[in-house]
Amino acid sequence: MSSRLRNSGDGIGAVHSPHDSGNDRGGSVDIAIVGGGVVGCAVARLAALAGHSVVIVEARNDIGAGTSKANTAILHTGFDAVPGSIEARLVARGYELLREWAPRAGVTIEQTGAVLVAWDDEQAATLPALRAKAHANGYAGAEVVDSAAVRDLEPHLGPGVTGGMVVPDEHIIDPWSTPIGLATEAVANGCRLLVNRHVTNVVVGGETTALMMADGSIVRARYVVNAAGLHGDTVHRLFGLDGFTVRPRRGELIVFDKLARPLLGRTVLPVPTSHTKGVLVAPTVFGNIMLGPTADDIDDRNATASTRAGLDGLMAKGRRILPNLAEEEVTAVYAGLRAATEHGDYQLSHHPELRYVCLGGIRSTGLTASMALAEEALRMLAECGLAAPRLHVSVTVRLTPLGEIDERPYLRGGRIVCHCERVTADEITAALCTAVPAVDVDGLRRRTRALAGRCQGFYCFAEVCALTSWQAVQ
Amino acid sequence: MSAGTRGRRVIVVGGGPAGLGVAGALRRFGVNEVIVYEREQHAGGAPRHTDHLGFGLRDLHRLMTGPAYARRIAADAAKAGVQVHTGYPVFDVDSLDADAIVLATGVRERPRSARLVPGDRPAGVFTTGTVQQLTALHGRQVGARAVIVGAEHVSFSAILSLRHGGCRTVAMITPYPQHQTYAPLRLATATRLRVPIRLDVDVAQIIGRSRVEAVLLTDGSRIACDTVVFTGGWVGEHELARRAGVPQNAAKSPIVDLSWRTQRVGVFAAGNLVHPAETADICALGGRRVAAAVLAFLDGETWPTTVAGLQCESPVLWAAPAASGITLRTSTSGRARVVARSAQGTLVHRSRRRTLRPNRAIHIPACGAASITLE
Repeated sequence: MSSRLRNSGDGIGAVHSPHDSGNDRGGSVDIAIVGGGVVGCAVARLAALAGHSVVIVEARNDIGAGTSKANTAILHTGFDAVPGSIEARLVARGYELLREWAPRAGVTIEQTGAVLVAWDDEQAATLPALRAKAHANGYAGAEVVDSAAVRDLEPHLGPGVTGGMVVPDEHIIDPWSTPIGLATEAVANGCRLLVNRHVTNVVVGGETTALMMADGSIVRARYVVNAAGLHGDTVHRLFGLDGFTVRPRRGELIVFDKLARPLLGRTVLPVPTSHTKGVLVAPTVFGNIMLGPTADDIDDRNATASTRAGLDGLMAKGRRILPNLAEEEVTAVYAGLRAATEHGDYQLSHHPELRYVCLGGIRSTGLTASMALAEEALRMLAECGLAAPRLHVSVTVRLTPLGEIDERPYLRGGRIVCHCERVTADEITAALCTAVPAVDVDGLRRRTRALAGRCQGFYCFAEVCALTSWQAVQ
Repeated sequence: MSAGTRGRRVIVVGGGPAGLGVAGALRRFGVNEVIVYEREQHAGGAPRHTDHLGFGLRDLHRLMTGPAYARRIAADAAKAGVQVHTGYPVFDVDSLDADAIVLATGVRERPRSARLVPGDRPAGVFTTGTVQQLTALHGRQVGARAVIVGAEHVSFSAILSLRHGGCRTVAMITPYPQHQTYAPLRLATATRLRVPIRLDVDVAQIIGRSRVEAVLLTDGSRIACDTVVFTGGWVGEHELARRAGVPQNAAKSPIVDLSWRTQRVGVFAAGNLVHPAETADICALGGRRVAAAVLAFLDGETWPTTVAGLQCESPVLWAAPAASGITLRTSTSGRARVVARSAQGTLVHRSRRRTLRPNRAIHIPACGAASITLE
């Protein structure tokens, strides 16, 4: 079927889908967004709020299930970005937008601040330059301090601190609820969400573009936004374009038990190198401590396995930064792939003749920059000719916050099922029937924190499965 | 009836064998009000889902299955006049209004993440406790081919639970040079269940995109399977104890003296929270001992300013009171005598030569010991 369509050069008149048409308004939508990560969801939300008809096309079974689910969950001020870069501009703008939206949408953010720590004299010598860089990025809050001040701030740090720079405006954020909240708001404003749709071919017609799926279905849209993350270059090439290649950079992370939380007040950053921000230790909004990430350039875009060398290396670093941390129980280990490219900056482009916008090479800063990238995408779409939207009444949504600083449902009673994370039965059943529902255990964990705690299901896995009616094999 | 029992309230956190054991005994001693808070919907603890024989031998002097045992101890506690509140989690001991508090919050197995096992994160990776609940409480299928990590008592229990759930165990692996259970159990496994044990080998990596496909072992071999069960690796469910500011020992259990007293006045700890992990009957028998200690406190016995746990030296990992004596674990295998000394350094016990295995309990009489060594 798809080869016949490809030959015809235009999919119109040959629509066939085993499941559904992929869009609901008798043919095509205004905008199809390829990729339901945090960036795609942010674009979908903004476009839907503006009154456009939008569809998210996601290859996995859930949104936020790729790169977006495995990051360091930090809302960056952008103090250490490359001045003048697109990334610097969008991180700074995204920081403001997300900081405003998140509390309203029930996405927990917490202003812990950060301290960048120098561990030798050479690193300490670079601190004034880092402060100057922060200034160049429009951030004036950073301050260089001596080792005694660092120790006052973080008394549990290991020996050898030579100095530091405090960045009081760094936040931590709930990384799971961010894409879910954005997607839920998008859907509330009419966005259609299609999961398990892997785009294999693209046919740009005169009026609409046909996105051909691996399952044989077709989605038609007048405009297409590429937010495909790790597969951004592949989608870009389907449009006959070139210019960047994704070289996944794997980051392994270790999450420690909540009982470790008193060891750390704020995010502890290393002095960055050109390659990576380095291994940091950060509190999470869920009350854990996170250690990571590693940075390995790899070829396999599915290689999200953690490695012995990576974990051992992280533990060794962790012992140096925060010696008591190694004594605490580990609750989770995971690896995420950042969509790095051969270029140092985001790869944004728009192509009016193709009615196509590319948001490529969005690396680890994508969470912070997501809402600014959405503004950027809408601006570029307008330059591609996207007409002003219809009149539209916009709707906002609010998730149940998952962060420890927010009032969680168990405090108001209700039967707790997951005791480690204090998740109630009502929260679990609610996560199954929202606008953007959980479809597997992984998705449920990201929506409720169930099974994310120190016992990893020893006490509650069977009970959670019983509530969901999913088979244990999931 | 002692003077201390009248009008007194004792709260026990945890309704497993230890907690119910303490509570029932306190009522029989005449304590006015004994309350058990159990966070699950049913009292009985881990035996509820350990659906095979082996329970009740030392405390009830009969052989029962886990679920039958759990029902029996819950019924006994109710009969003794214990108020058991289920579905009642406790987050903070300071919120409890009682003359004495007993923490009996039990134990869990370390999951894969706590063991830092690298690889993919597919479905099909469990602990024994999860498998038991899936199969015994919810009648679920687990998988078809399982690899069990660990070769201690509970690991053999896992084989039975998996079989109950229609899952065959294709291998049992342990990083130690021997299994750590008793010979008859091992023999039964080899002959009747035909499960091969791979010694001196550990999991190097878990492979599988959505569902487990194989495990890679440290010797380079690969076993195809769809289920991996991490067994043992016990750690006390110690959140409440730690949040109460109670110091912990090498087992990450609250430090208690031979009267089960923690560093916090009026707060006792009991059962597998103190000794991760012993069998249910040992926990129940220990509960009765804890009740006697609670009674002494209610009668006015002074709480020590510093609670001294049992001191141990490598290769003894930790030692703690259990039932009427002391239980300990070693990091090495071999044969040795266990030597206990009092706080003054006088010899109080020297055992016969005992077989040592990592993860296997060694019991000795308490006899006022303050430190434990091997010779």
